[in-house]
Amino acid sequence: MAIVSSLRGIGTRVVNGVWRIGFGSRFFLMTLLYSGASFRRFHLTVKEMFSSGVMSLIIILVAGMFVGMVLGLQGYETLKRYGSESALGTLVALSLVRELGPVLAALLFASRAGSAMTAEIGLMKATEQISAMEMMAVNPIARVVAPRFWGGVISLPLLTAMFSSMGVFGGYVVGVVLIGVDEGSFWSQMQAAVDFQHDVLNGVLKSFVFGVAVTTIALFEGYDAPPTAEGVSGATTRTVVQSSLAILILDFILTAFMFRGD
Amino acid sequence: MSSEALVEIRDVNFAYDSRPILKGINMTFPKGKLVAIMGLSGCGKTTILRHIGGVLNPTKGYVKVDGQVIHELDQDGLYKMRRKMGMLFQFGALFTDMTVFDNVAFQMREHTDLPEEIIRDLVMMKLHAVGLYGTQDLLPAELSGGMARRVALARTIALDPMLIMYDEPFAGLDPISLTVVGQLIRRLNDALGATSIVVTHDVQESLKIVDYIYFVSDGAIIAEGTADEIRASGEAFVHQFVYGEMDGPIPFHYPDGDFNRDLGVGV
Repeated sequence: MAIVSSLRGIGTRVVNGVWRIGFGSRFFLMTLLYSGASFRRFHLTVKEMFSSGVMSLIIILVAGMFVGMVLGLQGYETLKRYGSESALGTLVALSLVRELGPVLAALLFASRAGSAMTAEIGLMKATEQISAMEMMAVNPIARVVAPRFWGGVISLPLLTAMFSSMGVFGGYVVGVVLIGVDEGSFWSQMQAAVDFQHDVLNGVLKSFVFGVAVTTIALFEGYDAPPTAEGVSGATTRTVVQSSLAILILDFILTAFMFRGD
Repeated sequence: MSSEALVEIRDVNFAYDSRPILKGINMTFPKGKLVAIMGLSGCGKTTILRHIGGVLNPTKGYVKVDGQVIHELDQDGLYKMRRKMGMLFQFGALFTDMTVFDNVAFQMREHTDLPEEIIRDLVMMKLHAVGLYGTQDLLPAELSGGMARRVALARTIALDPMLIMYDEPFAGLDPISLTVVGQLIRRLNDALGATSIVVTHDVQESLKIVDYIYFVSDGAIIAEGTADEIRASGEAFVHQFVYGEMDGPIPFHYPDGDFNRDLGVGV
C-alpha cells in the first residue's frame, strides 16, 4: 500500500506540474496577445518600468560596482602570474558583458522586482481587485499583467547595461587607481578585445531572454497564487527559486549557442 | 413584484466538482427594485451573483439579464453586458495603488473618451453622492472601513449601471456606517433608476431597505417575500435566522462525530 500511495503521490505531482506548465504557457501567450494596450497607453508600461527598473537601480549599481572590484582584484592576481596584467580591462569587460552582467543583474532583478510583482498581483487577487476589474469589463491581463511584463522586459537589459558599466568602473578603480595597472593598456585592450556584435549584443540578447523568463514566472506565480497569506508568500518564494534556476539553465543554453567554445 | 424583470434566473443548478452548490434556483429581479438574497455563509448567495455577472456558468438552467442569456455570450458580449453592471465587493476591492479619485475615475478612463475635465466633475459628483467629497486625494489605506465601502460604491456607480450588485455590503461595519451604507444603497437605487441585488446576512439592516427578499439555504430557495412577510414567516429556518436564535433547524453543534463516544461516556 505504501508503494501505491507513493506512486500516486508522484503521479499527482507530475500531472500537477504538467498542468502548471500548460497554464503558464497559455498565460504567456495571453499576455502577448493582450499587449496592445501596453504600447497604445505607454504610460502604463512606463509606470511599471519605474517600479521594476528605477526602483532596482540602487541594488544593481552597488552590486555591479563590487562585482567589478572583485573581478579587478582576482583578475589582477591571476594575470600577474603570466605577466599579462595589461589584459585586466579585457578580462573585466568580457566577464561582465558576456556572463556576469546579464546573469547577476537578472538574479538581482528576480529577487527585487520579480518577488515584488508576484506579491503585488497575488495580493490584488486576494483582495478581489482582479475580480473587481473583470466585473468592470476590464481585462486584467491587458491592464495589469501586460504592462508589468513589458516594463520588466524593457528594464532588465537597461539594468544589465548599468550593472556592466558599473562593473567596468569598479574594475578600473581597483586595477588602475588602486593597484596601478597602466590606464592606457587597460582601456585600449578592452576596446580591442570586446566585439560589439559578438559580445555586447549577445549579452543584451541574454538579458532580454532572462527578462522574459523572470517576468513571466513572477506574473504567473502571482496570478495563480491561492488568495491567502500562505498562498502569496509561497508564490513569492517560488518566483525567486524558479527564476534563479531558469536564469542559470537558460544562460548555459544561450552560452552554448552563442559562443560554442570560441 | 409585477414590473418587468431585468434579471431572471431559471432552474439554475451549479456544482463545484461533484459538490452541488445551487439546486434549481428560480429568481426574478424586477426593474427599479431592490432585492435581497439572504442566507447563511456558504449557502450559495455569492455564487448566484457570480452567475449573474458571468463569472460562473450554470451546469443547468440559465441566467438572463436585460433579455440576454449570460452564459451564451462570448467574451466581447459579456464585457459589453458588464459595462451595464456594477458590483460592490465585500471589502470594497479598491485598487490600493490608486487614489480615491483614480479609483472612481477608473472605469470612465477605461471605457469612455471623456476629457479629463469632465471626468473630474463626474468623479466629484459621485464622491459627493456618497458623502465623501474632499477625500479624492487620499489612498485607500488612509480610509476607514466604512469610507472605503462608500468609495467603492462611488466607483460602482461611476458609469450609472442599470444593475448594481452588492456582495455583503454591511460586513464589518460599525452601526453608523452600516446605516449610512444601507441608506445609500436605497437612495442610489432610486435616484439612478437602477435595479439592485444585495447579498447579505445582515437581516435587520436589509429588512429596512429592500423591496423583496429571497432566503437561500443549502443552495435552494426556502422562503421569499416582502420584509413584512419575512418577519411574519412561520418557516422555522427563517424565524431562527431573522431573530438570531441560537438553536433551531440550524443546530449549534457541527453535525459530525459523537462527542460522548469520543470522551468514552455512555458507551
